Amino acid sequence: MFDVTGLYASYGQAAVLHDVSLSIKPGEVVTLVGRNGAGKTTLLRSIMGLHRDCRGAVTMEGKRIETFSPNQRAKAGLGWVPDNRGIYSSLTVAENLTLPPIVGKDAWSLNRVYDAFPALKERRSSMGTQLSGGEQQMLAIARVLRMGARLLLLDEPSEGLAPVIVQSIGRIIREAKEQGLAVLLVEQNVKFAATVADRHYLLAQGRVVEQLSNKDFQLREHELLEHLGM
Amino acid sequence: MEAFIQYTVQGLAAGGFYALAALGLAIIFGALNVVNFAHGAFYMLGAVLTAVFLEFANLNFWVSLALVPVILFIFGVIVERLLVQWLLGLDILYTFLLTFGISLVLVDLVRMRFGVSGLPYDQPPGLTGSVHVGAIELPVYQVFVFGFSVLICLLVWLLLTKTRMGMVVRAATEEPERSRALGINVSRWITPVFGFGVAVAGIAGVLAAPFRAITATMGSNFIIILFAVVVIGGLGSILGSVVAGFLVGLVEAYGQGYASNFAQILIFILMAVVILVRPAGLFGRKETS
Repeated sequence: MFDVTGLYASYGQAAVLHDVSLSIKPGEVVTLVGRNGAGKTTLLRSIMGLHRDCRGAVTMEGKRIETFSPNQRAKAGLGWVPDNRGIYSSLTVAENLTLPPIVGKDAWSLNRVYDAFPALKERRSSMGTQLSGGEQQMLAIARVLRMGARLLLLDEPSEGLAPVIVQSIGRIIREAKEQGLAVLLVEQNVKFAATVADRHYLLAQGRVVEQLSNKDFQLREHELLEHLGM
Repeated sequence: MEAFIQYTVQGLAAGGFYALAALGLAIIFGALNVVNFAHGAFYMLGAVLTAVFLEFANLNFWVSLALVPVILFIFGVIVERLLVQWLLGLDILYTFLLTFGISLVLVDLVRMRFGVSGLPYDQPPGLTGSVHVGAIELPVYQVFVFGFSVLICLLVWLLLTKTRMGMVVRAATEEPERSRALGINVSRWITPVFGFGVAVAGIAGVLAAPFRAITATMGSNFIIILFAVVVIGGLGSILGSVVAGFLVGLVEAYGQGYASNFAQILIFILMAVVILVRPAGLFGRKETS
């Protein structure tokens, strides 16, 4: 459903990604695990068309999209949740939710969003950045669900959040999965990754060094934690 | 006390020009990341067109007030499509130089046609004379300018906060890149927003016609004060530009009234104080890393 093939990316002279390939099927949660600086965020930005200095094929539902502009990629069904959560301070919570165009027929209605995230309903007229960190993360994920994106690109959604919030983010990811959405999750939190994902790609120095099923991933958790330096 | 109130009304009227023009400047800066140095020239065009319409077509002030913004919107769209758009991705200095060049060309074109002595413009019918509030006499036109500019600022605020178009423009202004990645075609909004900013400067020009000397260079002094307004209010802040516009108008009027030698300097002292105390301006967002 979604494939990246032979992706290279660099910042000027410095190569950041080398020949990265990955694929995700509908209803599959795939993580991208690696240390800081391994190129995870650059990979997501390249997929979104925000990092220009890259080459390689990107295919979404059989359509080649690597020449698309970022807004065309969003319309093709890519839902980006950036690592800083990307909440607009000049927009209310409700406006943050309804800003993106609806791009898929399975888009969540506003009512469904508010049922799943009661805190957002309660605070829908607050400005976006008045929310707590956890609520902002919920809002960022809710926004791409409301948009009807079919591939969610989540950049470290658990970062800096309390365990109870991380759990509810896990619940939402599983709900998206049951709905048949594909999720590409960038994560440094190995324990959290193991609770939600089907497969894992290990990224080191800009290369995919290993691909693991969730079972193998759990068996090797200690070794991986060491690899990640945590 | 009487003089104080008269200076206040005079300051609020002058502040109206500054607020409107700075509003346009802030909208353009926010959405395009362009410091529009030609803004003073667009303001001048608004005033000159108003005078020309009366002299050559016998179109009165009220017709100009409706027509000039439309003409300047179209003019702004042409300037953006023809010139500005090609430099948008580059360093901000390129559009700064471009718009500075545009202002020089516009000023000289007007000077070639109308000279430097200034065009006459009478107070518009219905807005002449003064109103008496108790023992105090206030010029009707100044009261009108204040009220009208507040009304326009309110309309722009409603447009920005209550419509889907305004929401998209706010999002594109705050984070153009992220907005693209969320499916917003930011480029499509750039041209009309530029035209809109120019049109608002045009409204300020129309309002200035009966009140200020209409000359080719009237925008050149204006733009300097305008930049002070924008710095005081906070670069890119729409509310800040409006509040600072009126503030600067008041400071200027009190200066002229009580310390006429210092009238212009006072504005820049105010600017220096604001920069020292709040480097991002009164309503500016702090730089985020």
